[in-house]
Amino acid sequence: MSLAETTNCCETDLTADFRDQFLLTYRHMLLARVLEEKLGSLYRAGGRIVGGVYLGKGQEAFSAALGVQLQKGKDIYGPLIRDQAGRIAYGEPILDCVRTYLGAVTGPMRGRDGNIHRGRPKEGLLAMISHLGGLLSVVAGGLFARRLAGTLRDSIGATSIGDGGTSTGAFHEGLNMAAVEKLPIIISVANNQYAYSTPIARQYACENLVDRAVGYGVAGVSVDATDLAACLKTFRAAAARARSGGGPQMIVGSLLRLAGHGEHDDASYIPDKARRGSAARDCLVVAEQFARDHGWLNATELRELNEEIRRNVDQTIAKVSNEPTPDPFKENWHALSSADLVEGQHEA
Amino acid sequence: MSITYLEAIREAQYEALRHDPTVFLYGQDIATFGGAFKATKNLSSEFPGRVFDAPISEDAMVGMAVGAAVEGARPIIEMQFADFSSVGFNQIVNQAATLYWRTNVQCPITIRLPSGGTAGSGPFHSQSMEAIYAHYPGLVIVTPATVEDAYWMLLDSVALNDPVVFCEHKFLYYHLKADQIGERGLPIGKARIARPGRHATIVTYSAMVHEALRAAEELQLDGYQIEVVDLRSVKPMDTDTILASVARTGRLLALGEAFPWGGVTAEIIARISSEGFHLLDAPPLRLNSKDTPIPYHPNLWKAHRPTVSTIAAALRQLLRY
Repeated sequence: MSLAETTNCCETDLTADFRDQFLLTYRHMLLARVLEEKLGSLYRAGGRIVGGVYLGKGQEAFSAALGVQLQKGKDIYGPLIRDQAGRIAYGEPILDCVRTYLGAVTGPMRGRDGNIHRGRPKEGLLAMISHLGGLLSVVAGGLFARRLAGTLRDSIGATSIGDGGTSTGAFHEGLNMAAVEKLPIIISVANNQYAYSTPIARQYACENLVDRAVGYGVAGVSVDATDLAACLKTFRAAAARARSGGGPQMIVGSLLRLAGHGEHDDASYIPDKARRGSAARDCLVVAEQFARDHGWLNATELRELNEEIRRNVDQTIAKVSNEPTPDPFKENWHALSSADLVEGQHEA
Repeated sequence: MSITYLEAIREAQYEALRHDPTVFLYGQDIATFGGAFKATKNLSSEFPGRVFDAPISEDAMVGMAVGAAVEGARPIIEMQFADFSSVGFNQIVNQAATLYWRTNVQCPITIRLPSGGTAGSGPFHSQSMEAIYAHYPGLVIVTPATVEDAYWMLLDSVALNDPVVFCEHKFLYYHLKADQIGERGLPIGKARIARPGRHATIVTYSAMVHEALRAAEELQLDGYQIEVVDLRSVKPMDTDTILASVARTGRLLALGEAFPWGGVTAEIIARISSEGFHLLDAPPLRLNSKDTPIPYHPNLWKAHRPTVSTIAAALRQLLRY
């Protein structure tokens, strides 16, 4: 038996306001799915995308349900590898995504970093490094500085991790520090059963990851991450608690990664039994069914939405395809902002 | 009235806190307790709400500083001992050091590393980490050898818009005194001629500057005038000042307290060998600690690091060539 509560959605939750947020989030999820499928096919076609492609397939509901609670320019968001949907929900334009994947100099990373390693920190969107767990303390630090400066008000921070990332020392240190400081931060843990190829049985020994929350002195809630309605209800409540002084909120979502670790990985290590389990439900299909069942979306609206999103994705990729890639002769090769402290090249 | 190297570090933090409301201090035992070495003594009462005790979480401490810097703060992080910064290594070299280059957002953080050996401190409270951090692009590595530099370069570090690893030497904390802090010296990135000479050059930094000066005194008795260059910051490294010195003396000894493999002294030799080969009258020499962990007992510790006598012996070897 888990120590924490699990959130489910019931009919009384389905207000008009909730419906609007549900439909908006579904739209973000669909855009993320279509965009990522396109990136996957560009990767497989070869040539256009250097490096890997990392998809959030199956995690869109959990990711976007958090992102949609955040306000761009006000809240700090540190998304991780499978948060394309959360990024869109937060307000990151898909142009930033495509420009970073294609290495365009017009993008936020200017070809210096790629794929999911992107952000605009001054606008509240942090750019992850690859070392898992390290973002948690960075988000916490931003909130800490705001509190010192008296500018925190009701802004919050949020960051994501997977089951594998919870095993790092950085995750432990960051979560403990955020708890000690009682910072308004949401930590979403997507328990997608596999860290690359390693199953959760080789990752942790507690019954449920959410049980760790009580050990850190933070609120913990678990949720079926394939269920958008439940995810929205969970993250809404968590954001409200964080904004009103409730301290760190850890949300653990159960699901199955519906893609490889990256597009180079066929995930053949995931047994068929797991693929047939309830955690393997496709959150996009579940959300669509939910919306149709409640009369929130009809077939025509769905078709039109799909067409609009596909057009948007195709146009964005076409636009970026014509944009310049970095020129090593125009690159200043300065790792410091203090230009007077940049050393000359002392090569033998 | 006199002021120690340690007091200068406290005074610089006092001044940084007084001068800039975005500065705050974060580290283990630094608030009410005033720090393991008292480098933050009384600062938490003089600046309420700006000096914070951290959990024993070096990774999170540095990550937190990076996040705070993005939001416009200028945190000073105290590592209790330089050795423990290895636990925060990832955040220093991957998070802090890459932020500006990747995102165009500056990362003005200062990480204070109480560095180097003192007798009885043993393998895990004695390390010199400057070479490790200097290896990574995106960091400035400062290594003050004087009271004046401890004060002014710490203030300069806090004012810089890049991450600084500030390596302050524990051996100098209490022993090194000055009558007063003195006027602002050279900027970060410029080396200083600590002692002029014409027969050989010692290039060094931090506590070893003082051992080099004593060795130079000893060689003077034999009629040799040894020039001592204090690097002040190992990155950037002031290659021009080293080259100019070697042009005067024709002989180079690179001296450091850190482990011998690679590192700052190897970098000095590499640069002068490639850019100033024609200036050299003898093969350049390096002198570092021995290639073992740092020993606990004073008998061993004194023999592990370079000393006045081993430096003088190296100089004689250099001058005999």
